[in-house]
Amino acid sequence: MTKTTAASFIKRLPIPTLIIGGFWVFILIFGVTQGLPLSSLLTDTVRRFGMWGLLVLAMVPSIQSGTGPNFALPVGVVCGLLAMVCAIEFGFMGAGWLTASVIMAIVFASILGLGYGKLMNAVKGSEMTIATYTGFSITYLFCILWMTLPFTSPKMGWMLGSGLRNTIELGTVNANQIINNFLAFDLFGVKIPTGMLLVVFGSCFLVWLFFRSKTGSAISAGGMNPMFAKAAGLNVDRSRIIANIISTALGAVGIIVYSQSFGFTALYDAPLMMAFQAVAAILVGGATAGRSKIIHVIIGTMIFQGLLTNTPPVLGRAFPGTDLTEIMRLVVGNGIILYALAQVKRGDK
Amino acid sequence: MEPSLLSFKNISKDYAGNQVLKDVNIEIKKGEIHALIGENGAGKSTLMNILFGMSVIHNTGGFEGSMEIDGVETVIKSPFEAMEHGIGMVHQEFMLIPGFTITENIKINREIPKKAIYNEITGKLFGNRMRTLDFRAMNQDARAALDTLGMDIEEFTLLRGLPIGYMQFIEIAREIDKKGIKLLVLDEPTAVLAESEADNLLKAMRNLASQGIAIIFISHRLNEIINVADMVTILRDGELVVTKPVSDTNAIEIAELMIGRRVVIDKEESTRELSDDIALSVKDLHVAMAGERVRGIDLSVRRGEIFGIGGLAGQGKLGIANGIMGIYSAKGEVSFEGKTLPLNNTRAVLKSGVGYVSEDRKGVGLLLDESIADNIVFTDMQIHGSFLKKFLGFISLSDGKNVRKHARQMIKDLDIRCTSELQHTGRLSGGNQQKVCVASALTQKPRLLFVSEPTRGIDIGAKKLILDLLRKLSNEQGMTIIITSSELVELCSICDRIAIVCEGRLAGILPPDATPVQFGLMMSGMDMGE
Amino acid sequence: MLRGLDKSKVKAFLFDNIVTIIFVVFIIVGIIASSELPLSFYINELMARFFRNAFLVLALIIPVMAGLGLNFGIVVGALAGMLSIIAVRFFDGGGIVGLLICFLIALPLAILFGFLTGKLFNKTRGQEMIASLIVGYFADGVYQFIVLFAIGGLITVAAGHPMMIPGGVGILATFDMGAHASQISEMSDQVPGLKYALDWIWRLPFSPALIAIAVCILIFVIVQQILAKRNPAWTVKKPWVFWLNIAVCIAIILLGVYGILFPRGFLWGIRDVPMVTGMVIIALCLFTHYFTKTKLGQDCRSVGQSQHIATVSGINVDRTRIIATIFSTVLAAWGMIIFLQNIGTVNTYAAHRQIGMFSVAALLVGGATTAKASVKNALIGVVLFNAMFIVSPAIGRLFSGNEGVGEYTRSFMVYGVIGLSLGLYIWKGVKAERDKNLL
Repeated sequence: MTKTTAASFIKRLPIPTLIIGGFWVFILIFGVTQGLPLSSLLTDTVRRFGMWGLLVLAMVPSIQSGTGPNFALPVGVVCGLLAMVCAIEFGFMGAGWLTASVIMAIVFASILGLGYGKLMNAVKGSEMTIATYTGFSITYLFCILWMTLPFTSPKMGWMLGSGLRNTIELGTVNANQIINNFLAFDLFGVKIPTGMLLVVFGSCFLVWLFFRSKTGSAISAGGMNPMFAKAAGLNVDRSRIIANIISTALGAVGIIVYSQSFGFTALYDAPLMMAFQAVAAILVGGATAGRSKIIHVIIGTMIFQGLLTNTPPVLGRAFPGTDLTEIMRLVVGNGIILYALAQVKRGDK
Repeated sequence: MEPSLLSFKNISKDYAGNQVLKDVNIEIKKGEIHALIGENGAGKSTLMNILFGMSVIHNTGGFEGSMEIDGVETVIKSPFEAMEHGIGMVHQEFMLIPGFTITENIKINREIPKKAIYNEITGKLFGNRMRTLDFRAMNQDARAALDTLGMDIEEFTLLRGLPIGYMQFIEIAREIDKKGIKLLVLDEPTAVLAESEADNLLKAMRNLASQGIAIIFISHRLNEIINVADMVTILRDGELVVTKPVSDTNAIEIAELMIGRRVVIDKEESTRELSDDIALSVKDLHVAMAGERVRGIDLSVRRGEIFGIGGLAGQGKLGIANGIMGIYSAKGEVSFEGKTLPLNNTRAVLKSGVGYVSEDRKGVGLLLDESIADNIVFTDMQIHGSFLKKFLGFISLSDGKNVRKHARQMIKDLDIRCTSELQHTGRLSGGNQQKVCVASALTQKPRLLFVSEPTRGIDIGAKKLILDLLRKLSNEQGMTIIITSSELVELCSICDRIAIVCEGRLAGILPPDATPVQFGLMMSGMDMGE
Repeated sequence: MLRGLDKSKVKAFLFDNIVTIIFVVFIIVGIIASSELPLSFYINELMARFFRNAFLVLALIIPVMAGLGLNFGIVVGALAGMLSIIAVRFFDGGGIVGLLICFLIALPLAILFGFLTGKLFNKTRGQEMIASLIVGYFADGVYQFIVLFAIGGLITVAAGHPMMIPGGVGILATFDMGAHASQISEMSDQVPGLKYALDWIWRLPFSPALIAIAVCILIFVIVQQILAKRNPAWTVKKPWVFWLNIAVCIAIILLGVYGILFPRGFLWGIRDVPMVTGMVIIALCLFTHYFTKTKLGQDCRSVGQSQHIATVSGINVDRTRIIATIFSTVLAAWGMIIFLQNIGTVNTYAAHRQIGMFSVAALLVGGATTAKASVKNALIGVVLFNAMFIVSPAIGRLFSGNEGVGEYTRSFMVYGVIGLSLGLYIWKGVKAERDKNLL
């Protein structure tokens, strides 16, 4: 890539992307001047990028289908959590656990995604609001299930009483960082979790490929112009359901990738606010509520998660005793969502 | 002599060089019912927009000429100024709130504050909008307005649930409740009414006129105009044809003047021989397309025929193609080449060899952010599974090379002016966009092609190209083509037969060389016998 | 009687009131499940929560009227209330004067916040509800920046202030509102704080308070009926509804009389009623009612019903929507102050978080929808919603022997209720639109 194409590429990025990206670069430089090694900052960024990659990618199908960003990401996440918990319960270990988790996650997500897709068709025009509450509700519904489902594996229960633990260590099933460590290597001191990056970029490629297929382009057309799709003999409602199933499944597999890198499966209200971070990331990458591309996923996850993960060590050094990450997450994340909402053009009812 | 209540003097208006009104002069007197009639695009709505000072006029460079009210030259810059001058409008789409009572609707934004000491205080302290309202006085006003129209419904009834026939009256009541109302514009007020309701409305109009209020009555129903109006003005292509007293004319003359004698452009010698096979037969078709409702139409179209569907806007001509194609909910019996076409199933209709070019290029016809090539092949790919290749043996992907090759061929065949087949259709001119729509339909190799408003919003040169193309398809491939158009000239110059639709029903079928009177009367829903 | 009932009517009634019905059933099951607790426990809990929350829920009505939907953004107003309390408590303000200063400081802040939120709603037309939720989170971030970082970090404050984190940057995670004057012994040099500053101005024992309220309602019902009969434009209540209202009022009065005559009866142990707080709530109810009768209120309704028709009729739609948002935000700020003076300690970083959700859920439980909300919906909603809160641990115990389940059930009910009632409402609209276009 020559200098001019790189420059023109940056020029084409939307202004919020540039501002937030610039902020992240500033934090990195500031960190280096504060004596923090760049390699450790980048190691964090790459890992967080991998952890969030699939969860952000889950936004693409739903946005393309015209449903809008998937604010009900927790629907997918709880499917992934349930799959992981079941796989532990059935006694799988290591790669077997991973395979079983992913398969079960996709199965669960297909079922819930189908229902969720139908719900979204029933509330056309207000999908984002309803999706948000669907996500919240299902998180708490599963909280009740985590406490009451009859799991017996000692790896997950409390010493006393019933119910699953808040966090379940994946080391106990030999799955801690299992994907990360696949072909992992160091590059100038930056740890590259090759396996996880392969999974993320591989999934991105598959989704990209899907939108070049007959079904994929039908979904995309329905999202761009539902009347056009109808006139071309397509069933827009069906397209939206397929897109939401894929989105939910990506969320389910995404949380498995996330958890193995984290080393724990976090249950209960952990998924509650996850959707907002994923939505914010893809919007930071330059997507809108109506159109998104794979490149938005990659840029957005990198910048947004990079910013969130690099802020605490850097600013912690500059202002000891304060943690500005939460503030950053709230202001930047929700600010970009508000910005995107303000761009949505909807007529008067 | 007393000056006219309203006079338009030498009014001209163009939108970016497109002349829509030319030197129009109209005088309207106090207490007169003045009918305004003309085809679509004759300039009626532009004239009304000028009268009401709509922003669409002022944002496009204003207009030439002047308006006088009571002999004084007046410039109206907004609908509110029009209201202040005593000019009111009853819209074709009701501007009424279903969740409000009749009084609240009549008094919207003209509510009466209560006269009370506490209101004076709160008004001074917190602004006039914090004053409470005097619902009793408002009800009285509403009552008075309703009484003028001879309506005995209670003024505090909720609008929701009232029969549709009442809405028109409530709209009028709102206008006449406005202080100093002098002139009322009624735009197709009887279109939604049953016959008896329409009679009541006409009676109410006469009553208002006798109280000195002038009425501009826009209608396509000639018999109503003859019945109720004092004067009639006929517009055609932005020009004033004539203003004369209704007593000096008759329906036939009005119809003839409305359509005019026109030279049909570039008509081929009719040497076309058509088979007697019926390609498409339609029985009792109903279509729920808002604004273009079809209320039971029977048609049969012969194989290889170019069949025109005409009529005024809003009468349902566009609903026919949209209904058969399943874009809007439809009911009835349609068969194509002897086989029944399932309704409300676009996919099945497309599959059986029927193509469709929508009247709404940007809204329905195209994906504006996608390339010409993708637009051209999209429907065919989805319907017939063409232009696909296998990836890794099982995933069907779009075959980019093939798609582009086909697109280039189409670009050449239809002479689409573009930078390349990868240009986004949103960047093309109207005529070229239309060609892309046609190319998309042709890619499906249809045996029957519906084309709606093929030349809407296209310049003259492109118009001719499109019409020539359709004629060529018919002559060379024997394709059956059904053209729906608002432009009668266009239909006359290309079609073998022309059906005229009025109020959702078939008014009749005419040969292209029928007289203007015949067309005019049919479009106005009058029987030839009358 | 039952034969007269149409099956479809019953269905429609169930459909329209499903959320309320679910709650009533849930509460009844909960009460049965925890029948060992005394009546006074429920009434005390319910009363405390009612007086604490009602004002906040009432703050939601005006935006609904103006077509903005349910304003989850009252969190922004709540933050204005929090900031004003922090300011007053920072200088050890307290008592009735301190409380009034709180209300005063909150006013301009909330007007500014409301104006900005209203502007945002005009930019995100059609998506106001999700925007109001997100703007709450966004404002939370800004607020945290101010309270956790700017105070002490950017603005220097005296070291060692008891409200500050020991490092000198940021306000402590919780701080005290200060004791009520009546709790401070005369000997101590402690100044009265904001706790119960409103609640304890005037208290009445439960039974007399009951009688007083019932008499007020009785008079209101009778006067309304008389006025309605004289004015043809008003709907006269059906006789049986009217007499039922009268009967309920009389029953309550009798209950109050019983309470006075038998102080040790089953009403024993119920706390005193904070009369001034009650009056403030009633005043807001009356104001909301008055508001609907003003020109501004009528404009709000016009805008809420159709922005297009309102514009054509010459109403300044955007301005009206902003004013409605400001009203809501100011009321929320004051509501938050009332809420906190009752709680007594301020959870600096969490007290406001659930305000939007809980208030909206309460309003919906009371039978409101996105497009229609009344004082009645708000008051019924506050009672039912808080009753659900009180009984949910018992429900948890009943079904799983685990109180934690009750807590999650509670959260599930909150979000589920919002999702369900919004979803049903939207679905109805989508369906009506679709049916309209079908033959």
